[in-house]
Amino acid sequence: MIAELGLAMLWLAAALALLQLAAGAFALSARGRELGGIVRPVAVVQGVLCALSFFALIVLFLRTDLSVKLVATNSHSLKPFVYKLAGTWGNHEGSMLLWVTVMGLAGSFVALFERRLREATMLATLAGQAFVSIGFYAFLLFSSNPFERLPEPAAEGNGLNPLLQDIGLAFHPPTLYLGYVGLSVAFSFAIGALITRDVGPAFARAMRPWVLGAWIFLSLGITAGSYWAYYELGWGGWWFWDPVENASLMPWLAATALLHSASVLAARNALRAWTVMLGVVAFSMSMIGTFLVRSGILTSVHAFAVDPERGSFILALLAIYIGGALALFATRASTITEGARFAPVSRESALVVNNVALSAILGIVLVGTLYPLLTEAFDEKVSVGPPYFNPMGAIFFVPMLVVMAIGPMLRWRGDRAARVSGKLAIPALAAAATALGLVALAPTIKPMPFLGIALAVGLAVASVLPLVGRELKRTPLPTWGMVVAHFGIAVALFGVGSDSAFSTEKLVASRVGETHAVGPWQVTLSDIEPVAGPNWTAIEATMAASHAGGAASELHSQSRNFTSPPLVTSESALLTRWNGQLYAVLGEEADDQRWQLRLWWKPFVPMIWYGGLLIGLGGLLALIGRVAHDVRRLRAEGKIAYRRQRQGR
Amino acid sequence: MSEIAPVKRAGIWLWLPLALFVGFFVLVMVGLLRPADRDVASAFVGKPLPAFDLRASIPGRPGLKTADFADGKPRLLNVFASWCIPCIAEAPQLDALARAGVEIHGVAIRDRQEDVQRFLAQNGNPYTRIGADDLRAVQLAIGSSGVPETFVIDGKGVIRHQHIGDIRVEDIPKLLEKLREAGA
Repeated sequence: MIAELGLAMLWLAAALALLQLAAGAFALSARGRELGGIVRPVAVVQGVLCALSFFALIVLFLRTDLSVKLVATNSHSLKPFVYKLAGTWGNHEGSMLLWVTVMGLAGSFVALFERRLREATMLATLAGQAFVSIGFYAFLLFSSNPFERLPEPAAEGNGLNPLLQDIGLAFHPPTLYLGYVGLSVAFSFAIGALITRDVGPAFARAMRPWVLGAWIFLSLGITAGSYWAYYELGWGGWWFWDPVENASLMPWLAATALLHSASVLAARNALRAWTVMLGVVAFSMSMIGTFLVRSGILTSVHAFAVDPERGSFILALLAIYIGGALALFATRASTITEGARFAPVSRESALVVNNVALSAILGIVLVGTLYPLLTEAFDEKVSVGPPYFNPMGAIFFVPMLVVMAIGPMLRWRGDRAARVSGKLAIPALAAAATALGLVALAPTIKPMPFLGIALAVGLAVASVLPLVGRELKRTPLPTWGMVVAHFGIAVALFGVGSDSAFSTEKLVASRVGETHAVGPWQVTLSDIEPVAGPNWTAIEATMAASHAGGAASELHSQSRNFTSPPLVTSESALLTRWNGQLYAVLGEEADDQRWQLRLWWKPFVPMIWYGGLLIGLGGLLALIGRVAHDVRRLRAEGKIAYRRQRQGR
Repeated sequence: MSEIAPVKRAGIWLWLPLALFVGFFVLVMVGLLRPADRDVASAFVGKPLPAFDLRASIPGRPGLKTADFADGKPRLLNVFASWCIPCIAEAPQLDALARAGVEIHGVAIRDRQEDVQRFLAQNGNPYTRIGADDLRAVQLAIGSSGVPETFVIDGKGVIRHQHIGDIRVEDIPKLLEKLREAGA
C-alpha cells in the first residue's frame, strides 16, 4: 500500500511539474499572463508531493518490505538501522528519487521566498526548474521505478554493497546530490535570466545562496569521499584521479569559479555573460559527472552503480538540457552587455584571473577524464594518471594561489599595487622562510611538495590579512567566510605537501609478537583473532604502537568477510596525533603463520580533511551572512508594504 | 571609466561552448554504442616479439629481454605502471593467475624504481621478471597503447593473444584457455 501511495504521489508530482513548465512558459507571452499566478503554488505542491514520495520509500526500507523489488535487491533484514536508512539512497533508483525530491523542495523554496527578480524572470526560472525536473521524473517513472513490486515477496534481501556499509559513505552521495541540485537551481536562474535578458546584480544575488549552498555540500562531499577512499580502500592514498573522483571535482571547480564571478556581478555589475555561462557549465559538470559514474563508460576502481542503458537516458537528458541551454546562450548572450569596466589592478581583475585558472584546471581534468574515451574511439586504450594531472594542474594552481593571496587585499574598480605590497610582504616572507627551512631540514624534498608547503604557509598568512585593521565584530560574515575558506585551502595544501614529502611506509610479514619501526613509531603485532559483526566475520589484528618510548596505544585492523553479498574488505586502523596519522592495514596470511602488515606514518595528513572542513565552514559562514541579510531585507520590505497599505487606506 | 559599456562581441565565439558540447556528445555516443570491446583482434597477434633488452625495473630482480620468452613455455606479458589505477584493480587477478602456476613477466611503463617497489609492496608481486620501459618503446612495438594490457606469449616468443584493459575476474578463464592453446 505504501509503495502504491509513493508511486501515485510521484506521478502527481510529475504531472504538476509539467503544469509548472507549461503555465510558466505560457505566462511569458502576452496572452497567457494570468496563468503566471499558479506557477508558484504549483511549484510548492510539486516539491511537497515529491518529498512525501521519498518518505514512502524510506518507510519501505526501514520496514524491509521485501515485496518491493528495490528493497529486496538492496537491503537485508539484518542490516543495522542506519544502513537500512542509507540503503534508501544507496542505489540507483533511490538516489534518483532523492535527486528530484531535493530539486522539488528547492523549487518550492525559490517559489515561496525569492522576490527580488522581475516576475517574468521568476516565471522563466521556475519553468526552467520544472523542465529539468521533468526529465528526472520521466527517468524514474519509465525506466527506474523505485516502487516496483515483486510477483512474490523475496524470502530475504540481497544486502547492500559492503564497501558502502560505512557511516561516512552513507552520507557521502546525498551530500554530493545536494550540491548537484543546488547547481541545478543556479542553472534554472541562468536560463530564466537568459530568456528575459535580465542578467544583473539582482540575478547574481538571487543565485548566489544556491551556489554557496551547493558549494558547501560539494566541498564536504569531496572531503568525505576522499577520506573514505583513504581509510576504506586501504591503499594509503587519498586522491587517485579516478573518473568518479574527477566527476565530483569538476562541478566543484565550476561552482568555485561561479561563486567568485557571481560576487563580481552582484557587487559591480560586471562579468555578466561569463557568469551566466558558468551557471550553465556548473550544472553541466554535475550532469556529466553523474553520467560518467552511472554509465560505466570509463573504467573506474570504484564503479558501483553501472548500467549502460541508464547511461543513455542520462545522456539524452544531458543533450536536451545542456545543448538547449548552450544554444540559448549562443543566441542570447550577444545581447547581454558585458557591464561595468575595471582597471587591470583591481579586485575584479584578481577574480578574473581566479576564474581563468579554475576554468583551465576544469578543462584539464575534463580532458584527462575523457581522453581514454577519445582514444578508445580510435581503438587505442590508455589510462591517464597523476603524471598528467599533477603537473598540468599545478601550472594553473600555483598562479591561482598567488592571486588568492593578493586578490582579497585589492579594492574594487581600481587599486595601486604599491598600496598593498607592504602588507603582502609578510606572507611572502613567511613563504620564503618556510622554503629556506625546508631546504635546510629536508634537502632531498621533491620540487612539488616543496612548492606546495611553502605556498601553503604563505597563503595561510595572507588569508587572514583582510581581517587586519578591521573591527572583528563588525566584519561582515561573508568576509569571515572568505578568510576561513582561503585559510582552509592553505591548511589542506599543507597536508597534501607534507603527506607526499614526508610519509614513510613499510610492508612486513609479521609473526605475533614482532615489532616494526615506521617513522618515529614502534608497532608491535600483539594478537590475531577472529571477530564477528552483525553481517560479517573478520580476522582482527591488534597492534600496539608506541612513540619514542611513550605509552603504547592500541590499534585494530580487520580483514572483513561479508556474507550477503560475499565480499572481503579491509578495515584500516588509524591512530591520529596532532602531527600526523599512523595507518595500519592487515593483509593476507602469508606462509608459516606470518601476516602481511602495511604500515604508514603520514605527518600532518589529517590537515587535508581539516582543510576541507574549513573550506565548507567558510562557505557556511558566507551563506549565513547572505541569508541573514536577505531575511532582514525581506522583513523591511514587508514592513514598508504594510505601512503603504495602511496609509493607502 | 564609463559605468556601462556596451561591448560588441564576435557572435561566433558564443557558439564555441555549444560546439565543444556537441563534440563531447558525439564522443560519448561513440563510446556508448561500441560495447566495451576488450578483445580487440590485434594486428600483432601471430607475430613474434620484437628484439628488446630492458633493464631491471627494481634492483635485485631480473630485467626482461626477448630471449626470456623463447624457452618453450607459454606465459603472460603484463604491461603496467605504478600510477595506473586499473592496474591496482587487476592486481588480485594477476595474483590469482600467478598462484595458478602461470608465469608472468611485467613491463613497467614510464615509472620510477621506488614507485614500482611501492606498487608491488602494496598490491603484491606476481612477476618473475620486470623490465623498465621508460620511453614506451617496447610497449608501442608490441602494439600496446595503454596500461594495463596483457599478452599471451607462446613458448617461441610469438604473441598469441592481446587483452586490453584491466583483467577482471571473469576474464581469467579466457586467459587460461589462451595459455593452454599457446602451450600446445
